[in-house]
Amino acid sequence: MSEVLEPTKNKDALIAVMDQCPAEAVPTESPLYHRKLGTRGAGTGAATVSAGELNLLGHLVIRGNAEEAAFCSGIEAALGVQLPETLKSVEGDDVSMSWIAPDEWLVLCPLAKAFAVEETLRENLNGHYSVVNVSGGQTVVRLSGSNAVNVLKKSSPYDFHDSHFPVGKVVTTAFAKTQAVICRKSADTWDLVIRRSFADYAWRWLEDAASEYGLQVTVE
Amino acid sequence: MFYIYCPYCKEHREEEEFHAKGQAHIARPADPDACTDEEWGEYLYFRKNPRGLHHEMWVHATGCRKFFNVTRDTQTYEIKEVYKMGERPSIVAQDQNPTAAKQA
Repeated sequence: MSEVLEPTKNKDALIAVMDQCPAEAVPTESPLYHRKLGTRGAGTGAATVSAGELNLLGHLVIRGNAEEAAFCSGIEAALGVQLPETLKSVEGDDVSMSWIAPDEWLVLCPLAKAFAVEETLRENLNGHYSVVNVSGGQTVVRLSGSNAVNVLKKSSPYDFHDSHFPVGKVVTTAFAKTQAVICRKSADTWDLVIRRSFADYAWRWLEDAASEYGLQVTVE
Repeated sequence: MFYIYCPYCKEHREEEEFHAKGQAHIARPADPDACTDEEWGEYLYFRKNPRGLHHEMWVHATGCRKFFNVTRDTQTYEIKEVYKMGERPSIVAQDQNPTAAKQA
């Protein structure tokens, strides 16, 4: 185990990077593991909201200066996507990148690729930047269905109208009296990035809020 | 409820997303060792509480988590302007020039 988790020095010799998910043999549990979502049957009646966890994704937080041309081109070279503009999200192969703050972005990718993506980023970026693997700290819940937007409207003061929240927009806002990064993936599909410590609470909130519309729990 | 414009997210958000963080533009004395106790005490503990225009800091706590400045009228609660950290307000009360008022 210690062999596997040995940190390796980055080429700048300043940062010790480590594969936080080194082998499939190491058991991992998502923040909603204990809710046993896979064992839920479909509810009675017609379900107009589906909710499920996109569990065990790789989450990387990138910070840097978007006004620096080298930083922008480095991101593009490493991820194959352009740095998203304010409140926007972009999709690449297996990778999505969301604006979080003027100097902060969230990258989602398969967990198995997270370390490779991190290393590619470090190879392509120079100077004052940071890449942090926060995969263990948060999870993604996907809401879909014709009434998904109504569940969100009940849970957040934000304006989710089509004219204000087009596909591809991402906002970090108050959600269920806590906080979530909400990204509109398609007309009826919304991804919520939720903190690990709030995952149980937020999921129960969603189950309650969606029950009046008929909730179908989906398992990826 | 305030409906506050975040200069970093570039849109209006509910007050629920923000926290007020007190008076803005408090400059730390350049040489703290050279301060008298009174000057240091003023810097640490004494804050304005004006009736009228007030420059204050707010943080977009559940959004981009950035600090910014707000010029607000404490009588009407009206937000006159919002500007980023490091910028100076363009709306300043006539009688609110801090050094002039203090020295007078």
